[in-house]
Amino acid sequence: MSSINYSEKIPNNVNLSEDRTLQRALEQWQPNFINWWDDIGPEGSTNSDVYLRTAVSVDPQGWAQFGHVKMRDYRWGIFLNPGETDRTIHFGDHKGEKAWQDIPGEYRANLRRIIVTQGDTEPASVEQQRHLGLTAPSMYDLRNLYQINVEEGRHLWAMVYLLHKHFGRDGRDEAEGLLERRSGDANNPRILGAFNEATPDWLSFFMFTYFTDRDGKFQLCALAESAFDPLARTTKFMLTEEAHHMFVGESGISRVIQRTSQKMNELKTDDVAKLRAAGVIDLPTIQRYINFHYSVTIDLFGADESSNAATFYSTGLKGRYEEGKRVDDHALKGQTYKVLEARNGELVEKEVPMLNALNEVLRDDYIKDSVAGVERWNKVLEKAGISVKLRVPHKAFHRNIGALAGVKVSPDGRVVSEAEWNASVGQWLPSNEDRAYVASLMGRVVEPGKFANWIAPPVMGINRQPVDFDYVRFN
Amino acid sequence: MDMTEIHVIKQHLIDPEICIRCNTCEAICPVQAITHDSRNYVVDAEKCNLCMACISPCPTGSIDNWRTMPRIKAYSLTEQLGWDELPPELTPEELAAEGVVPGAMPEIEPVAPSLPAAVSGETAFNSAQYGATMPPWSAAHGYTNLYGAKAAEKFITATVVGNVRVTEVGKEYDTHHIVLDFGSMPFPVLEGQSIGILPPGTDEASKPHYARQYSIASPRNGERPGYNNVSLTIKRVLQDHQGNAVRGVGSNYMCDLQIGDKVQVIGPFGTSFLMPNHPRSNIVMICTGTGSAPMRAMTEWRRRLRQSGKFEGGKLMLFFGARTKEELPYFGPLQTLPKDFIDINFAFSRTLEQPKRYVQDAMRERAADLGVLLKDPNTYFYVCGLKSMEEGVVLALRDVAQQAGLSWETVGAALKQEGRLHLETY
Repeated sequence: MSSINYSEKIPNNVNLSEDRTLQRALEQWQPNFINWWDDIGPEGSTNSDVYLRTAVSVDPQGWAQFGHVKMRDYRWGIFLNPGETDRTIHFGDHKGEKAWQDIPGEYRANLRRIIVTQGDTEPASVEQQRHLGLTAPSMYDLRNLYQINVEEGRHLWAMVYLLHKHFGRDGRDEAEGLLERRSGDANNPRILGAFNEATPDWLSFFMFTYFTDRDGKFQLCALAESAFDPLARTTKFMLTEEAHHMFVGESGISRVIQRTSQKMNELKTDDVAKLRAAGVIDLPTIQRYINFHYSVTIDLFGADESSNAATFYSTGLKGRYEEGKRVDDHALKGQTYKVLEARNGELVEKEVPMLNALNEVLRDDYIKDSVAGVERWNKVLEKAGISVKLRVPHKAFHRNIGALAGVKVSPDGRVVSEAEWNASVGQWLPSNEDRAYVASLMGRVVEPGKFANWIAPPVMGINRQPVDFDYVRFN
Repeated sequence: MDMTEIHVIKQHLIDPEICIRCNTCEAICPVQAITHDSRNYVVDAEKCNLCMACISPCPTGSIDNWRTMPRIKAYSLTEQLGWDELPPELTPEELAAEGVVPGAMPEIEPVAPSLPAAVSGETAFNSAQYGATMPPWSAAHGYTNLYGAKAAEKFITATVVGNVRVTEVGKEYDTHHIVLDFGSMPFPVLEGQSIGILPPGTDEASKPHYARQYSIASPRNGERPGYNNVSLTIKRVLQDHQGNAVRGVGSNYMCDLQIGDKVQVIGPFGTSFLMPNHPRSNIVMICTGTGSAPMRAMTEWRRRLRQSGKFEGGKLMLFFGARTKEELPYFGPLQTLPKDFIDINFAFSRTLEQPKRYVQDAMRERAADLGVLLKDPNTYFYVCGLKSMEEGVVLALRDVAQQAGLSWETVGAALKQEGRLHLETY
C-alpha cells in the first residue's frame, strides 16, 4: 500500500500526503474497505463502466466531475468544506468561544459516539442496496443506484478519516467495527433500526432515498453546526452528495406516480386489481410504502425526550437544523417544546424543556421538509386530473422509539385498540401481498432509453446527457 | 423609444417542479443570491452574477433555467416563491412589447467558470458559454447605432427596391427577400450585422410599435454591388411559439411592402458576428430557416472576392436546415454555387417518408471533414437560427472535436476566446 499516490488515488484536501500517521492508519484500513466493498458492494457491477460523478475538490467545479469509471476504481476522496478563519461556536454553553480544531478530552466519548453512529449508516445503505442492481428499471436508474452507492462509501471514508485523525487507537477500532457490522445481520447488526430493514425492491429504494436519506440531510445539517470544526466541515461537504440521494428518491417516486396516473387515465379506473393487471403500482400500495418508510425513518431521530440530545447541544457537539439562521438565544435554557404522549387513550401534547426535546425539534423540521415533497408528488396526481392525495401518516403512527413506542395509532392519529390495529394493519402498512406484487414487477431493464412498465422516464438525464445515454457500459 | 436603455438580462431561475429543495445551491452560492422559503428555492436577480457556481453541484438539473428578461421586469423573489411551475419564456412579441428588440443580447451572459482553463472530465454542458463576444481578429470594423434614439438622427428612411418571395408558393409560410435602398444617406454595413425596422402605426396601447431587428442578407458593398442597399430575409409570422394564431407586426408589414414604399430603419447593430477577412480563413456556417440571412451575406461576399481573383480563398462549409426543401430560402440559387467554392449540406426535418434530419445530424455525418477544419485555427464557426438548435449544434461540435482526438474543453475555450464560434439564436 505504500505505493499509493494519495492525491491521485484518494483526492483530498486534508493534506494526506504529508500526514504520516494518518497514512499508516488508512493503509491498514483501506484494503479492508476494498474487501468489504467486494463482498457487500453492488452485485455484478465489477466490470461495468459507470457514468459517475466524482469529487476531486470542494469547489463547485471540482466536486462534480463526470466520466465513465469502474466502481471499484472510484476515487473515494476525503473532503472538508473550506474552513472559516476564526469560526466561533454559535450555540450552547461554549457560545462565542473559538471552534475546536481538536477534541476537548471531556467530549471525546460523546463525539466518538456521534461520528460512529453517523458513519454506521453509510455502509449500511450500501449493504441494503447490494442486490438492487439486478432488478433496475432502467440504465438511468442503475447509474443512479451506483452513484449513491459510491457516495455512501465515500461518506464512510469521511467518518473514518475523522476517527483515524482524531481518536487514536479507539478511532481505529471503531473504524474496523464499521466494516464488521452488517445490515440486517442478527448477530452483528447496524446500530440504527431503519438500517437493518431490507430494501428488497426499487419502490422501497426510492422510499428509502426519499425518506431515510432525508434523515441523513437533517442529521448532517445538525452536525454541520458542530463546535468541532472538522466534523462541521466534513458533514457540510457530505450534504452536497446527500442531495443527489434525495433527488433519486423524490424523482423516482414521482415517476412511479406519473406512470400509475397514466394507466389510471388510460384505463379510466382506480381499481387496484385492474391496475396491477396492467403492471403498475396502485396508489394505495404507494401510500402504504410511504407509511412504512416514513414511520421507520422518524424513529431515527431518537426518543422525544433525551438528555443526550440536551448534552450534545449544550456542549456544542450537535446543533439544530439551520442553527445559524434561527433567532433565539441559542442556549435554549428555560424554554419549552411540545411533545406528544398517549394519555387515557388519546394523544395529548405536553410541554417539556426544549433542551431535552431537541430530537423532537429536529424530527419536526424533518417532517415539514418531507411533507413538502409529498405535496409535490400530489401535484403530479393533480396534473393528471386524479383527486387522490398521498400524505404522510401521523407522527405517532407505527413508532418503535420514544414515548409513542408501543402505542397503537392509526395513520390519521387516533389511538386504536390492539384488535383494530390488527384488523387494519394490512390497510396501513405494506402487506406480504403488496411486497410480493411489487417484487413481481422487478425485472431488469438496462437497454439505453428503455424503462420498466411501472415507471415513467425522467424529465432529463444526468449532467444534461440525454435520457437514452449509455450511463452504464457493460463490458 | 430608447432601445439602449432597455437592459436585457438572462434571469437565472430554478424549476420548482424538479427542484427537491436540497439546499446545495444556496450553500454553494458565493454571493448569497439563492434563498428559500418552505415552498421554493429562488434566485435573486439583483444579486446573481451568473457565475454558474451552483450549476454543476445541483443534483436535479432544476437549477439550469434562464429567461431573457428586461431587467426592470425581472421576476421578483416574491413572485418566484409563489410558483408551482416555471413561467414560459417570453415570446419575441412579448419581449418586443417591453422594448426588447428580437435577438437583443443580454449585457452579461452566463459563463462557466471552468473556461478557459481546460479541466479533465466533463462538466454540465451549456452551449451558450462557448459563444464568442469578440469578432475574428481579421474582421473589418463595423459601424453601429448610426441611427436610433441615442443618435443624432432617430432613423433613416429607406426605399423598398425589391420584394420577392424566396420559398415556394403554396406552403404554409412565405419567406421574402426584401431590398432596401438608402439613396445618398450613409448606411455602411458588414456581413453578420443587423438593422432595426420601425413598423408604422401604434400598438394596442396606442404607443408606437417597437423596433424589429433583422439580419442583413447582403454583403458589404450592397445587394447589388456598388449600390447603397441591403437585403433582408423575412419570414411571415402567423403563429407564436406556442402555435397560436398571431400576426407578426414587423414580418407582415415587411412582407407586404411594395416597390417604392418607404421604411424607417435604425442601426446598424452587431460587433461580433462578423466574418474573417484574412486569406485562407475557413468559414463553417450552420443555420436554419431565416438564420440563413447572415450566411448568405458572407457567402456572397466571398463569392465576389473569388470572382475578382484577388482573394486567396479558404473553405466554406454550410449546414442548412429547414422542414422541407420547399421551405428553404434560396434553395435554387444555392444549388448553382460551384462545389469547389462551398460545401453545402442540407438537413430536412419534415420530408415525407424520410427520417427527421437536423443540422447536427448532417454535421455528425461530416465529422471527418469538420474535424480537420476544427483543428485549423483559421476556421470560424457561425450558428444562426432558432434557439432550440443551438445546444444540439454545439454538442455535435463537441463530439466532432472528441472524435478528432481534441479536448473539447480546450478547443471550446479557444473558439470562444479567439472569436471563432459565434452563436446568434433566438
